[in-house]
Amino acid sequence: MNLRMRLHINKRKPNRSLGGDIGIYAILLCVGAFMVLPLIYAISNAFKPIDELFIFPPRFFVINPSLDNFRDLFVLMNSSWVPFSRYIFNTVFITVAGTTGHVLIASLAAYVLEKHKFPGQRLFFSIVIITLMFSGVVTAIPNYIIMVKLHLIDTYLAIILPALAMPLGLFLMKQFMASVHDSLIESAKIEGAGELGIFFKIVMPMVKPAWLTLIIFSMQSLWNATGGTFIFKEELKTLTYALNQIILGGIARVGIGSAVTLIMMSVPIITFIITQNNIIQTMTSAGVKE
Amino acid sequence: MMRLQLNARNLDCQHLKGIYFSNIYGMDDYMKTTSLNRRHWLIKYLSDVCKDILKSWKSYLLLSPYAVLFFTFVLLPVIISIYYSFTYYNIIQPAQFKGATNYINLFLVDEIFPIALKNTLIIALVSGPLGYLASLIFAWLINELRPLMRGIMVLIFYAPSISGAAYVIWAVLFSGDAYGYMNGFLMKLNFINEPIQWLTDPKYMMTVVIIVVIWMSLGAGFLAFVAGFQTIDKSLYEAGMVDGIRNRWQELWYITLPSIKPQLMFGAVMSITAAFAVSDVTVQLCGLPSTEYAAHTVVNHLQDYGYVRFEMGYASAIATILFAIMIFTNKFVQWLLKFVGR
Repeated sequence: MNLRMRLHINKRKPNRSLGGDIGIYAILLCVGAFMVLPLIYAISNAFKPIDELFIFPPRFFVINPSLDNFRDLFVLMNSSWVPFSRYIFNTVFITVAGTTGHVLIASLAAYVLEKHKFPGQRLFFSIVIITLMFSGVVTAIPNYIIMVKLHLIDTYLAIILPALAMPLGLFLMKQFMASVHDSLIESAKIEGAGELGIFFKIVMPMVKPAWLTLIIFSMQSLWNATGGTFIFKEELKTLTYALNQIILGGIARVGIGSAVTLIMMSVPIITFIITQNNIIQTMTSAGVKE
Repeated sequence: MMRLQLNARNLDCQHLKGIYFSNIYGMDDYMKTTSLNRRHWLIKYLSDVCKDILKSWKSYLLLSPYAVLFFTFVLLPVIISIYYSFTYYNIIQPAQFKGATNYINLFLVDEIFPIALKNTLIIALVSGPLGYLASLIFAWLINELRPLMRGIMVLIFYAPSISGAAYVIWAVLFSGDAYGYMNGFLMKLNFINEPIQWLTDPKYMMTVVIIVVIWMSLGAGFLAFVAGFQTIDKSLYEAGMVDGIRNRWQELWYITLPSIKPQLMFGAVMSITAAFAVSDVTVQLCGLPSTEYAAHTVVNHLQDYGYVRFEMGYASAIATILFAIMIFTNKFVQWLLKFVGR
């Protein structure tokens, strides 16, 4: 009797009904299908040969999957004026440099805002949150003027520098650092560690999930950054910009465009899969205290 | 704040407190320890603040890289935009100061701004709460699954918002000619005889836009909810069961939701910001301008004046008004969320 009772409680909580559970699975499946519909469409489009892309009535799934689109994309890539690997290098360089810089600078700022006391720290943080709400369209023109005055047009720094100051990264890092115990930092100070020593040796290893999250969000935004407004030299353009040009090619490039959409979509999704656990762990502390 | 209100002398100094100074400067401490009159008290206070600024130079040094970058590339453009909103600026000539003309025109003369405001409010009021509730409900439902299924479902629900510009696929699905999937599907089932112009007919545009916005709205807020649900103290549930909570709905309202209030606020801020800033979706799906301005949001109006007519001053005025609306809505929603669980 005891064993059966224990098994029963372990299987399902007393206030959970079987009907409720089945209902939950049904709802999640339906809505999940709705969510994933366009993505599945994008995936199946990328593998359709040209004749199936224009079939009427239109079909959702692919009948004869083939790698034609990817092969055509490869041929197209080889015939661009700038070698295609240059675009890939540009995007990778910007993403890596921007992400590294952002993690370092935002973590340092978050550590100082959270663990030190100085006048104006709460004001600074409130301003950071409020500027999240200002529309990006209008700040594009002053941004351009500032870039011109700083002679940053047509350089990599034009994309990297604004990305180093992403407010969302600072916010998440600061909230996560609140979970680092003060006693650890004080004992390190007693042992004579300097500020930077404490930061790199004690605080950063403890907030590892948070900087993985920052890496993901930063990578997502930098990967999708076309840099179109600041970069005009062809050698410095990013992969996203080049791929967007392919998609804009219209009806002649529908097949290649689908392959391109698939590639551009899959990189952020794959990085999310790899680091999902860490992101969830960081978000446990993302909250606005009253 | 409670101690401050108990003493009538301290009531006059409340305008100095607030978010400007950190809590370590308890003003009531100053009032109690000195018996000087108010002017001397103020000078002593300010000199102590300056001494503390000099003493914490290390903090300022470590904060400076971020602060400099943030100021140059985030804050300064906002300030310049707000300045431009009081001028006439066509990007080619220097700005001419015009006072509040832009704002007066915006509210009294512009015929399209009320339409844009109405559209934005419809999108924000429908897709904002719906997207927020959807994030909450699905995070809660997903929380009941086992870890492996949970990981997969989180990926499925979050994938739309990280896939960049994948929402243009909806333009293909809802395409107005007979090749569009919706039209083909409905025509095959003989519901309609001619293709419906989903994206150019004013009657249907708003519905399509709202569907796509809700599709994209499970973003950072959703992740915060998933994480928040995982960290709720399990012993609260057992205590609730002892106290007589009968089903999962009561458990949700009385235990679960109050425990994740910080995540609720974060999700609300993200959701409001995204709902009011909808612009790319409408342009990619319905064009700029859309037929009869039926899907014209405030940011579209801004793009129209800023990028098409080169009246940057007017566009900055629109952006400032939108900014004020968003701050106001945020404060209101945070006030509302205080009532969760009562």
